[in-house]
This record gives sequence, C-alpha cells and structure tokens, in this order.
Amino acid sequence: MIKLGNVVKFLAVLILGSIAGIIGTLLLAPRSGRETRQSIKQKGQNVLHKLKSAREKSADPNMKEISNWGNYPQVQVKFHEFEDLETLRKLITQSDEVIARGNGRCYGDSALAPEIISSLRYNKFLSFDKEQGIIRCQSGVLLSEILDVIVPQGWFLPVTPGTKLITVGGAIASDVHGKSQHKAGNFSDHLIDMEIMVGDGTIVKCSHTENTELFLTTCGGMGLTGVILNATMQLIPVETAYIRQESIKIHNFDHMMAVFEESENWNYSVAWMDCLARGKHLGRGFLTRGEHAKIEELSSKQQQKPLLISERLKLNVPFNFPSFALNTFSVTAFNTALYLKQPNGTVESIESYDTFFYPLDSIQNWNRIYGKQGFTQYQFILPKAASREGVHRILDRIAESGHVPFLAVLKLYRQQNGYLPFGIEGFSLALDFPIKNGLFDFLDELDEIVLEYGGRLYLTKDVRMNKSMFTQSYPNVERFINNVRDLNHGNKFKSFQSDRVGITQ
Amino acid sequence: MKDVLILGAASDIAKAVAHQYAADGYNVVLAARNAARLAETATDIKIRYQVEATTAEFDALDFAGHAAFYDALTPKPDVVVVVFGYLGDQDKAQVDFTETQRIIDTNYTGAVSILNIVANDMERRRAGTIIGVSSVAGDRGRGSNYIYGSAKAALTAYLSGLRNRLAKSNVHVVTVKPGFVRTKMTEGLPLPGPVTAKPEQVAKDVLKADHKKLNQIYSLWMWRYLMMIIRNIPEPIFKKMKL
Ligand SMILES: Cc1cc2nc3c(=O)[nH]c(=O)nc-3n(C[C@H](O)[C@H](O)[C@H](O)COP(=O)(O)OP(=O)(O)OC[C@H]3O[C@@H](n4cnc5c(N)ncnc54)[C@H](O)[C@@H]3O)c2cc1C
Repeated sequence: MIKLGNVVKFLAVLILGSIAGIIGTLLLAPRSGRETRQSIKQKGQNVLHKLKSAREKSADPNMKEISNWGNYPQVQVKFHEFEDLETLRKLITQSDEVIARGNGRCYGDSALAPEIISSLRYNKFLSFDKEQGIIRCQSGVLLSEILDVIVPQGWFLPVTPGTKLITVGGAIASDVHGKSQHKAGNFSDHLIDMEIMVGDGTIVKCSHTENTELFLTTCGGMGLTGVILNATMQLIPVETAYIRQESIKIHNFDHMMAVFEESENWNYSVAWMDCLARGKHLGRGFLTRGEHAKIEELSSKQQQKPLLISERLKLNVPFNFPSFALNTFSVTAFNTALYLKQPNGTVESIESYDTFFYPLDSIQNWNRIYGKQGFTQYQFILPKAASREGVHRILDRIAESGHVPFLAVLKLYRQQNGYLPFGIEGFSLALDFPIKNGLFDFLDELDEIVLEYGGRLYLTKDVRMNKSMFTQSYPNVERFINNVRDLNHGNKFKSFQSDRVGITQ
Repeated sequence: MKDVLILGAASDIAKAVAHQYAADGYNVVLAARNAARLAETATDIKIRYQVEATTAEFDALDFAGHAAFYDALTPKPDVVVVVFGYLGDQDKAQVDFTETQRIIDTNYTGAVSILNIVANDMERRRAGTIIGVSSVAGDRGRGSNYIYGSAKAALTAYLSGLRNRLAKSNVHVVTVKPGFVRTKMTEGLPLPGPVTAKPEQVAKDVLKADHKKLNQIYSLWMWRYLMMIIRNIPEPIFKKMKL
C-alpha cells in the first residue's frame, strides 16, 4: 500500500526538484541585455577568482596549519601521512627537516618541524597474546584503542598518562609516565622491543638487550632518532575495569609530602593542589590514590560484567574562551570551590578506569578554555630534599607575578632510565599558564630556581626553555646529542624544540 | 555469528566497511586481487573486534572464476558488499576501447557476474543482504566522466531490479551512492569539505542502511538533494555546462 507520507514526500521532492530546476535555469540561461550579461560576467569572474585563489592556496595540498595541545605555536608545515613502509621510506629520504608526529598531545613544539610525518594512519594491531598479556602494534595506534581491546580480556597498561588519546609512538618518544611512576616507572620500562625507521630508510629492531644505544636514545628521545614503526608491550593482568580509590583532603605542603610518602606502596597516586592558596594553606588540595579493584570489591551490578564499563558522556568546548575568562578571581573561586567540595579526611570509592585515569578526556577540546593565544604547561621536578623550599619559592614568585596558573598537579617520582630522563626521586609540579605578554620571561626566572635546586623541566610539555637551561639540567645531554648525531644521518630528524634547546643546532 | 563478504576489499571505503561490520560482531572475508596484501588488515580486525577475519583471492574481471570463488566460501555470507570499481581515465577511454571496456567490466559486468551467483544462492536460502556501492556519477552522465558514470548507472539499475526480484524472497538489496570521499584515490585533490565524506562515514551509513533495511542511500546525505538539483537541470541547459 502506498502511504500518505510517501505521497507527501514524493510531492515535496517534485516541488523541490522543480524549484532547483528553475534556479538552475535562472543561473545558467543566456540572458539578453548588456547589464545582465555584465553582471553574469562579474559573477563569473568572482567565482573564477575564488577558485583560483583556492587553487593557489592548495598549490601544495600538504601545507597545513598545525599546533599541538597548547595551541601555541601555530605554524604552517608540510604534513605527510603514510600507511605503508614504502611511502614512509620515500618521505624520510626526500626530506631533511622532518619530525614524526602522533596525536599532537604534547603541549608545545616537540612534534613540530618544517615537515611532519603523521603516524595516525599507520595504526594496525599486529598480534595479541592473551595468555601472556603481550601486545604488538604499529606506532599510530592510540592507547585508547589498546584499552578497548585489552581491558575486556583482563589486561591493562602498566603505565598510562593523564590522557589515553596519545599514540604508542608518542608514548615511547616522550617516555611518558602516569600515576604509577613511583612504582612501575615509565612507558619504555615495559617495552619488549620496537622497530625504528632511521634516516637512510633502513629498519632497525632494538630492545633492552639488542641495539641498546638506539633503544635508550629513542625512549624519551623526542623523535630524534627516526620514526618508531611498531612496539611490543608487556601488559599487567587485572580482575576488573575498576579502581578502588581513596581521596584524601590535604591541608598544607608538609601534610602533602607526608601523605605521598605514606602512599608509597599504592600503585597509583597523584595530587591536585590549590596553587593560589598562600601562607599556612600553601600546598592544600587533595591526593588520590588507587589500586585495581578486585571482583569482590565491586557492587553486585558491576560484578555482572566486571571488565566492561559503559561509554562516558562526552562534553565539548565548542569555541575558544575569551582571554579574560581565566583571571585571578575566577581561578581562585574555582580552586577554593574544588578544595571546599572535598570532604575532610579520606573518601573511599570505586571508579571506572576512565574516570580515575582520564578525567579530562571526557571534555573534548578543553584546551580552548585558555583562549586563542593558547597556553603552556610548566612542569618541573625537584629533588625530594629540596621540594618543600623550592615549591614555596616558586609559588611565592608566581603570586607576585600576576601570571595565574590554572591547574596544578603534584606527584612523587622515582629515578627514570634513559638519556633524557625527566624523573628523579622528588616532587614534580605541573602548572598550566595561559600565554600572554611577559610569561616566557617570567618562566625564565622560574627556570633559575629550578636549576638552583637541581631540578629540570619536562620536554613534552615545554615550548620555551632555552639551551642553557636544558644542557645544565639534563645530565646526559652530551651523550644523547652524540648518539642522535650518529644515528640521525645529519640531523635529518629535528623539531623546533630540538633546535631551540640545542640538540640539533 | 554472522558473516560478511567484502568484494574489492583493498579500497579505503571497503576497509572502513569491514571495520564497521566487525565492530558489529560479523566475521569478515576480505576478497580482492593480491589478497595477501590484506593479511595485516585481517589480523588487525581480528584483534580489535574478536571476530574471524580471512582473506580470499577475487578478481572482478575473472567472470569465469566467479562461480568457483563463491562455491569455495564456507559458510556462505549473510551479507555481501560489492565495493570494487574502477574510475579509469575518461580521456584515454574515449580513444582506447580497452580502457572503456575495463571501466564497464569492472564497474558493471563484474558486479553482475558475481551478484547473479550470490542472488541465486540467497534466493534459495531465502535470507541475506546484498549491498552494492554505486556512485552519484551514475545519476546523470557528464562530459568529463560519462563512461564511468554510465557503468555506474547500469549498476544502479541492476541493483534496483535485483531488489525488486528478491523482495519476495526475504533478501534485501541496498544501493549506496557515495559522493566525494576522501581516500587514497583522491588524496591531494581540493575536494569541497562540507560535501566530502571520510570513508568511515560512508561505512557507518552502509551499516545503518543494512540495519534499517533502507533501499537506496546517498553518502553524505546531502548528495540526495545535490543530485536532485543536478538531475533536474533541463537538458538544453545541461548540455552547455562544463561539467
Ligand atoms: C590532557 C593531557 C594529559 C597528559 N598527561 C600526561 C602524563 O600524565 N604523563 C606524561 O608523561 N605525559 C602526559 N601528557 C603528555 C603526552 O602524554 C605526551 O606529550 C605524548 O608524547 C603525546 O603523544 P602523541 O601521540 O600525541 O605524540 P605527539 O604529541 O604528536 O608527539 C610527541 C613526541 O613524540 C614524537 N613521536 C610521536 N610519534 C612518533 C613516532 N612514531 N616515532 C618517533 N617519534 C614520535 C614526536 O616527534 C614528539 O617529539 C599529557 C597530555 C595531555 C594533553
């Protein structure tokens, strides 16, 4: 039977079609009269002009405006993708100022260069041993994709940063860490092996025991040895997709340090700090620590499917906030509210791994709250003994400066391996600053304090550190630079960052 | 467990369709020429979605081999997706009949040859879904690619007839008409963003059309209206346009 709805649709289509036909006729019919001809000619030229400029713009269709997570700097670069090794080999051998890029979640210019090779389409899983928990995949696979595969089968990543939207290549090149750094170390500590395409297009396999110089220079080596192709990783077994969490209200910095020490045996720990609190409140905030939950710790509903969590609601920040949105007033109000909201003492809860590890991933494009100018994260680490004094001095200087950090994250670390290790035994504080005039000069001043106490800055968050700060604060710089020179075929791989801090220039 | 057979599985759209069906719980067979090059894609799909994924050698132009190819499949697929096609070179085809023939045979004759076999089998089983990827280019012949367009027009007509024939046998036929799609084939071309689909979007539309038993879809959806306008331009005007 023909439904009335269909008849209406049919008529609507007919009418729409004839309107379109009429429009087409009007647009295209040869009209009489000089005026109309001229107007058509003009229109035509307009269109032609637009087409031409569009074509000129896309003269090199690979040119793209790119920035990383901090939205600063934004640069025009040549952007390449590859899905197979032949294409990659051609790209590498033909360009001489190039860097690999994963998902652009580094904050600054580590993954920026005149030419960029994106790994995002080189993203296949290669093997998964469900008995041993060993997974092998290409470098463009995101950690989120790995979790989607492994968690339902009872495995987890031994190391994961505060976002799961990064690639395996990026995780190795920055040798990322997470809330488990004090126990499980860094991402590369759990690598079984990997393959790298170096500057002359050859593929080299390396591991803790094979081609170890290449391995150690690549882990945390910021992409400067070549393009990481694939990696084999050891996972850890879990009973559930949940975390048993304790959240502890912290009243001041001494209290903070004490609770971190006391949490040493917890697998996961991190703290949020109210970085605008002064005097006796300095260091207040809350510390969360967690363990993978056992089945019996779950609610009866969660126990039915202990390895499955439901998809979270995703929010989006649709546009850049105006630059005045974050000021001392709004940030103080936010921090105070966050602190007061936290009940006194210790709060226990069961959280999904998503909410525990990746609270920020549920708000897409949250970097836009810092406005068009972008932001940077100043993440420094200080040796344990100097942390109390150093953090005090730095927060005092910030309070005087008029630069308002928004988020402050504190964590206790252990010593890290590799030639460019960020981790030392001590406390790291990460502060997000919106970019405005004078900020970089001010951060230069903070660098001096960090240096004075024997600390350093995290490269994957950095966008402005100078050469002298870098070479003085990282202990194995010379060895690293020499290795890069040997392995990197005339500094073919370089980023704006590696030039700035003097590795490739 | 259901099974989907993807014919012409090496293209970006085909791979995206394979991922969609695997994510939906289907075992997939990736069929194409030089099927060995799809081994990594099959492994990737197996690991990601916990389904079976295999490759099979299939050449759209080897009409004589199609029956044996289909016979060898066990189990028989619940869904068959024809993605293979050949854009070809219009200028060359105008002066070189082998190119013309290749365009027609890949887009039309090859599809008819294999789908005749599939259709008979599904009709007998009184179950199954056939999805044919045609093109908006088949909606109206244009000077710049009417040989490809006419082959796709023939495919569209074939699918419509097949749908009509198989409706009473509980076999569903979907015609998919993609517009511009950002793929390896179109890399670097300045395609207009708002009407250009990613292969993943086309694949999502395909699965949705299957689930909802839609007969004919455009992907992206606005192509339905764009093509309505283009089809309705009167011939005296259309023939003077540079298209
Ligand atoms: C919200 C948020 C939270 C974060 N939390 C943490 C955290 O807790 N701990 C932590 O350690 N980091 C953290 N980070 C930083 C992030 O984990 C790192 O910057 C990571 O390297 C980003 O990976 P990516 O795939 O986006 O790589 P990109 O940002 O694209 O690149 C980062 C570096 O890796 C190199 N690289 C990428 N792919 C390859 C490859 N295939 N071969 C060779 N080199 C390559 C690039 O050249 C560059 O030097 C966080 C970032 C965000 C946005």
